Amino acid sequence: MDTGELLALYEQMVLIRRTEKAAHDLFLQGLVKGTTHLAAGHEAIAVGASAALRDDDYVFATYRGHHHAMARGATPEECLAELMSRATGLCGAKGGSMHLTKAATNMLGSYAIVGAHLPMAVGAAWSAKLRGTGQLAVAFFGDGATNIGAFHEALNLAAVWKLPVLFVCENNLYMEYTPIADVTAVPRPAADRAPAYGIPGEVVDGNDVVSVQETVARLARRARAGDGPALLEAETYRHFGHSRTDPATYRPAEEVERWLKHDPLDIARGRLVEAGVPEERVAEADERARTVVQEAVEAAKNAPPPDPREAFTDVWADGGAAWRT
Amino acid sequence: MADVISYREAVAEGIAREMRRDPSVVCLGEDIGAAGGVFKTTAGLHKEFGSERVWDTPISEQAIVGAAMGAAMTGMRPVAEIMFSDFLACCWDYLANEIPKVRYMTGGQVTVPLVVRTANGGGLGFGAQHSQATENWALTVPGLKIAAPATPADVIGMMAAAIRSDDPVVFFEHKGLLATKGAPPPPDHVVELGRAAVVREGADVTLVALASMVPVALTASERLAEDGIGVEVVDLRSLVPLDTATVLASLGRTSRLVTVEENPYQGGWGATLVSVVADEGFGLLDAPVRRVAGECVPLPFADVLEEQVIPTVDKVVAAVRNLAAY
Repeated sequence: MDTGELLALYEQMVLIRRTEKAAHDLFLQGLVKGTTHLAAGHEAIAVGASAALRDDDYVFATYRGHHHAMARGATPEECLAELMSRATGLCGAKGGSMHLTKAATNMLGSYAIVGAHLPMAVGAAWSAKLRGTGQLAVAFFGDGATNIGAFHEALNLAAVWKLPVLFVCENNLYMEYTPIADVTAVPRPAADRAPAYGIPGEVVDGNDVVSVQETVARLARRARAGDGPALLEAETYRHFGHSRTDPATYRPAEEVERWLKHDPLDIARGRLVEAGVPEERVAEADERARTVVQEAVEAAKNAPPPDPREAFTDVWADGGAAWRT
Repeated sequence: MADVISYREAVAEGIAREMRRDPSVVCLGEDIGAAGGVFKTTAGLHKEFGSERVWDTPISEQAIVGAAMGAAMTGMRPVAEIMFSDFLACCWDYLANEIPKVRYMTGGQVTVPLVVRTANGGGLGFGAQHSQATENWALTVPGLKIAAPATPADVIGMMAAAIRSDDPVVFFEHKGLLATKGAPPPPDHVVELGRAAVVREGADVTLVALASMVPVALTASERLAEDGIGVEVVDLRSLVPLDTATVLASLGRTSRLVTVEENPYQGGWGATLVSVVADEGFGLLDAPVRRVAGECVPLPFADVLEEQVIPTVDKVVAAVRNLAAY
């Protein structure tokens, strides 16, 4: 990866981190309702994987999906406006934090039922294969999803048909509030399951954007060549708790400290410095991200709420909601 | 084409017609390929269209419906089979949470043009886990269209409408009707969803039925005619959209209403229909409304027990007689 590309990925990660911080602050100010599942700490997975994908590849994500949406083209302003229930939000404020979707860039949604989107990615890959487009489908999911039935059904189906789909597990060690190791029969909740389906199962440092990019690029080439799906387990850590109401006090202090020192932004910054990129260029990238997010917050705050009549649109493809004739 | 076609053959014929006209129509499900489906409702499709477009899946209901959804979101028109409608419960997340909501919660960005076909209902002695009439399950979920044809011609016409629909449709094929026969419809026969059919005219009582209950209602009507009671039979054909206009118009002629549902009384579609009539057609009524519906018990195995709990001609005749005399 050349330094220009690495710098761009770094800036994208900073942009996501700052947007997440803004979402957190806006929640505390009462401007974001419901809940948020912040992905601070996971940025390198979304950004690194996206850098290895084609623009027209399909991406499916989870309720912890701000970073995927932004890595696949959603702007901080669209995302924050959605969280703040504004008409200018990514989904017109009908989705919210857990359902960020940008169909125009084939970011086909964030799904809040754990693991439900894995079979959808299989279907998108099947569709791509039938249409002969060479597109890939990628499902990002958490370690908790590896214990639900749809995960296993999806892996089997994708493997049987050698479909171009990548399953990317963000293993942040906790299934909501419970250590995944306490409730899973194998040490690697994702990668250890791959042999049962005859597909590659790999583990990568999910906090190193370069490692993620390289690994996903290799597995994507393989899938596009017709060799079928792969399962990637990216190790990472949440900087916040599971959701807004979770202070994450169940995590050992030593563990938290160790992982905070293994921050994806620090790792990328280290690689930039090592590659001889001047400090001021990194600082400029930081500053640009800060400005973009500040402006996004202001724009979202000033945006109008949705028209109440929007509650009765978009149930059906004709745009309406009528259930009777 | 033969002079008559069975309901079972009509399912495959309806799908084949759409697969011929639109290459984005694909099928997936358990045993639907070379085996032709456990009910032979996909017979011939694999031979004509091949394993790329008629995909045999493992027993994985979540993956079947989830993959259909992903394919529908990305340019295909999948027709997924869930073998028995009871098994819809195995993929209920997709029916209740994913497929019907994604358009709405993305603010209209994503369209899911798919059909989930399934063999519905009792009468064949399959026991409690293979005999339920489950169309009312789907009725509780905003965002699903629901088709339940009663004749071979309607199977073909409604299959065309369902597959061409940009909305998700759950298509209930009734097991008790598979062997019934009727005239094959002409090419490009399309029955728009949300159009009920008045299948028998009468001046005294409106009988509203669906799927296997349509022939039950018709047989009951013939018997009632011998008593001088004129019964108008309305075949709803689809539950969403629900054709309340045809029902209200019929009530304008008869002023009496009986619904005949195979699903349990509790939460059945008749309750929704009756509530619309109470809201908007109370002035049309000269008598209380009556619902003949399944009992609120699991479907038992033995014929003699099953007859106790699902509507029969005798039960419908009794309900209509009682109401006609009100």
